[in-house]
Amino acid sequence: MSQACPVSLRLSIALISAGALAYELLLMRWFSMIQWHHFAFMIISLALLGFGASGTFLSLLADRLQRRFSVAMIVNLLLFAASSISAIALAQRIPFNAEEFIWNWRQSIYLLLVYLTLMCPFFFAANGIALSFLKYTQSIASIYAADLLGAGIGSFGIVILLFYIFPESAVLAVSISGVLAAALAWWALQRESIGWLIAIGMVGCFLCVVPQSWVLPHYSPYKGLSQALRIPGNRIIYESSSPLGRVSVVESGITPIRHAPGLSLNASGEIPEQLAVYIDADRLSVINRVDDPGEQDWLDQTTSALPYHFKHVDQALIPGAGTGTDVLRALHHSAGRLDAIELNPAIVDLLQDRYAAFSGNLYYRNNVSIQITDARGFAATQTAKYDLIQLAMLDSMSGSAGLHALGENYLYTVESLRTFLSRLAPDGYLALTLWTKIPPRDSLKMFAMAIRALKELGVEYPGRQLILIRSWQTSTLIVKNGAIADREIDRTLSFCDERSFDPVYFPGIRAEQTNRRNQVLEDYFFLGTQALLGARASAFQRDYKFNILPATDDQPYFSDFFKWRSLPEIIDSLDSGGISLLESGYLILVATFAQAILVSMVLILLPLRLVRKRSPEIPGKKPQPRIFAYFFALGLGFMFLEIALMQKFILFLHHPLYAVTAILSAILIFAGIGSRWSQRFDSAKSRFAAVARSSTAIIVLGGIFIVALNPLFVKLIALPQIAKIPIAVLLVAPLGFFLGVPFPVGLSAVAAETPSLVAWAWGINGCASVISAILATLLAVQFGFTWLMVLALLLYAFAALCFPALSP
Amino acid sequence: MNPTMFARPVSLLLIAWIWSFPAAIRSDDSTDSRDQMILEIERDVRETSRYLDQEVLSDAVLEALRKVPRHRFVPAAQLEWAYENRPLPIGYGQTISQPYIVAIMTDLLKLRPDHRVLEIGTGSGYQAAVLSEIVAQVYTIEIVEGLADGARERIQNLGYERIHTRTGDGYFGWKSEAPFDAIVVTAAASHVPPPLVQQLKPGGRMIIPVGSRFMVQQLLLVQKDLDGLVTTRQILPVRFVPLTGNHS
Repeated sequence: MSQACPVSLRLSIALISAGALAYELLLMRWFSMIQWHHFAFMIISLALLGFGASGTFLSLLADRLQRRFSVAMIVNLLLFAASSISAIALAQRIPFNAEEFIWNWRQSIYLLLVYLTLMCPFFFAANGIALSFLKYTQSIASIYAADLLGAGIGSFGIVILLFYIFPESAVLAVSISGVLAAALAWWALQRESIGWLIAIGMVGCFLCVVPQSWVLPHYSPYKGLSQALRIPGNRIIYESSSPLGRVSVVESGITPIRHAPGLSLNASGEIPEQLAVYIDADRLSVINRVDDPGEQDWLDQTTSALPYHFKHVDQALIPGAGTGTDVLRALHHSAGRLDAIELNPAIVDLLQDRYAAFSGNLYYRNNVSIQITDARGFAATQTAKYDLIQLAMLDSMSGSAGLHALGENYLYTVESLRTFLSRLAPDGYLALTLWTKIPPRDSLKMFAMAIRALKELGVEYPGRQLILIRSWQTSTLIVKNGAIADREIDRTLSFCDERSFDPVYFPGIRAEQTNRRNQVLEDYFFLGTQALLGARASAFQRDYKFNILPATDDQPYFSDFFKWRSLPEIIDSLDSGGISLLESGYLILVATFAQAILVSMVLILLPLRLVRKRSPEIPGKKPQPRIFAYFFALGLGFMFLEIALMQKFILFLHHPLYAVTAILSAILIFAGIGSRWSQRFDSAKSRFAAVARSSTAIIVLGGIFIVALNPLFVKLIALPQIAKIPIAVLLVAPLGFFLGVPFPVGLSAVAAETPSLVAWAWGINGCASVISAILATLLAVQFGFTWLMVLALLLYAFAALCFPALSP
Repeated sequence: MNPTMFARPVSLLLIAWIWSFPAAIRSDDSTDSRDQMILEIERDVRETSRYLDQEVLSDAVLEALRKVPRHRFVPAAQLEWAYENRPLPIGYGQTISQPYIVAIMTDLLKLRPDHRVLEIGTGSGYQAAVLSEIVAQVYTIEIVEGLADGARERIQNLGYERIHTRTGDGYFGWKSEAPFDAIVVTAAASHVPPPLVQQLKPGGRMIIPVGSRFMVQQLLLVQKDLDGLVTTRQILPVRFVPLTGNHS
């Protein structure tokens, strides 16, 4: 009979769990800075890989470590503290370059090294938690509760912390959490040994004097900021950091910054003095020096300027206003009142504070109202009607060939277009400017989305309300709230003619009017728009070799153009110029998935073989397949639900950061409470009842979410943010509570029957979580979040069916 | 023990080891590697002929590729791949372009021996060297000092006297030597600099690879006709039809 787990040790577990989760979120932030954001997927699986590896490790060495439990515990917690700093310092010195991956086999070795380095802190943290499970088998539920509560607090805490300190300082804070956890473990287990206290103190002191240079971010040399800083005279004059990204402002000393994407080849006007603003060392935008907006003629030389040539704009909405170039364009064209919306307060702060005078007090003008919020939420709650709503280049960046494919974008969905269209005044325009790709992808997908949005709003002939033009670099789609008039077609033709742009579509366009100034061999822009408006639109979308089906709120992946069918042809052409056709973001995820499966299999199967050899207690007719199925299904199901809910709540909370923090923290904290509650079930019968009832509750609550969440959001959308966050937390709380039950109850059942398989079961769950983090996105891209939730609920039902074998 | 017992196998091993060095290090082998690379490029061009508007590369371009020792333009760490058909990192966050892309970019400019060409973004100097094998004068500008210095030294050492280098901002071109018959812009820019369009002769061509350092998404060919009217051609340098079935 094992003893009960001391309170201070449970506190230690909560702290190490908080540290590990904070470290995971911190690494996601870190790799978005130094590499690109698709690393986020890899980081999630890394964390869980560390947990899976820990399960394997403990399966093999559990007996030895159990005998020296106190020492093993303290050492693992200290190793977490030390490795959390050293892993970052080492990993970012490995010359991994994602873009070179296809060309250079060495990159796969570098990637593996990055993996192995970064999984270490998670491995040590997981060891600490799992060793406690093994030691205190009677307290599994309360240990798991401490683990989940800690994780919830850690995820919430790091986001708050990142608003106040730079990531490099946050790394230190996370590592100190490991030292404090070790100190608590010492208090619980080794109070009489002063030697260990001195050791803990020394590690703490060492961490405090680690040179800052160890943890300064080393940006990839291929990122925009790195390239900009190589130009003589360029220097960073200001930096700020928040969970939304690191903002770097670059001033040019010698060579002016001249950022004017989509500028006409015929442009003659001077580009004003600019300051470059990088977010996460990439995603360049500029602050323009403004003396008189009327003098900024260059702003009229891009495709985005077209709607201003139709009529005077009295009231405009500019979502994603950023550093203000589109606001400036509107002012240049003497627009009346402007509502500018920006999600990132750090960007608005630049224009309202430090560089307000440089920007001509753009965001302080009487006719400009800047709002820090989500544009879609803002539009949904407004009663004002706009003459123009302009969304310019808020999609993927130009040169990244699919690397942004898997970032969800709720502004570019059919439902979002419908919201914006419903805010247009009669004869108002929705103008969407996108990067132009060859062969066309973005512009055709957006065209298809506009057609569907108009149809859903009851428009019988969408083609009468659309205009599409393009330069070699950008295309602008105009969706009018009313039929396009002849006068607007004439203006479009003269606008294109003067700037060497090409019309792609307007009502009644003829083939000979297109593809004149920016020629492509076969004009799939024209052909595509005609096909999408015709009776065979579905066949065209089916036969097109890129995915140009409309993005929806359920599958909000506008920049995903990948089709499996095209892959063999594209792979054949990789050497001969076909590399840009490869929508690599999706494939990187598939590769990460394959890698995760491979590693997970090794981690699951290898220890089982070894444990079987050594443990006579495992009966001949073994329950292992059921144990495997139970913990694997729970690992998949938990993450599927968590990810699907985080996505669903982005629409309600209007910000991915709020959604991730609120939902992740709420699920983890309430699951922790559920886990603590489940401790009362200590007989085989009561355990089965607990699992059956909690699984039923999860399925019922999940089912209600699937059916009722969207209508509920529509009703509550106008509430202030301060009210919406607690509502979101309360909504997921019951589900979170029940999600906390099946795992500790299952683990207690295994501990009662076959204790040697506890670490293995813990490892299986970890491995399933590795796979599910990636699989969830792959499934959501293909089938949508609703189906992901349905699948999660089925997995919980399946797990409940497997349970009896755990506790025969 | 007789030391010669070991001398023979050791020397054989040594020879084998030397021979296992990347082929590009020895000039005779580099010629073979270059021929092999050109065969690959020719095959790729044939396969993509419909999109490039031509079946084969011009003899001048092929000859230029054959003459320029690409291995002299790549860093030592990348030598083993010098003649592979792939882009290579050259430091400073820059790359030496994929040979196939260099070949078709050069060919698309339709160069003649009397032409004067401006290049924005010298990089390693390889593209300038290829151009100088075909035309009368090449003017090349690089903004990153480390790259510019390296390229200048390399170009001097290899005796390319028709290449003129300059360190600085390429946005305004090279006014004192303008106009140019052709312009190559390999430096990243958010738009086509209007001063460069102005420095292009009527009938001249400008080529710009669009995309990231390792992935060319399209080649933008800017053409100025004899009346000064500017048009672009967007060329996907690959055989790929984005649609199956008949939808016209």
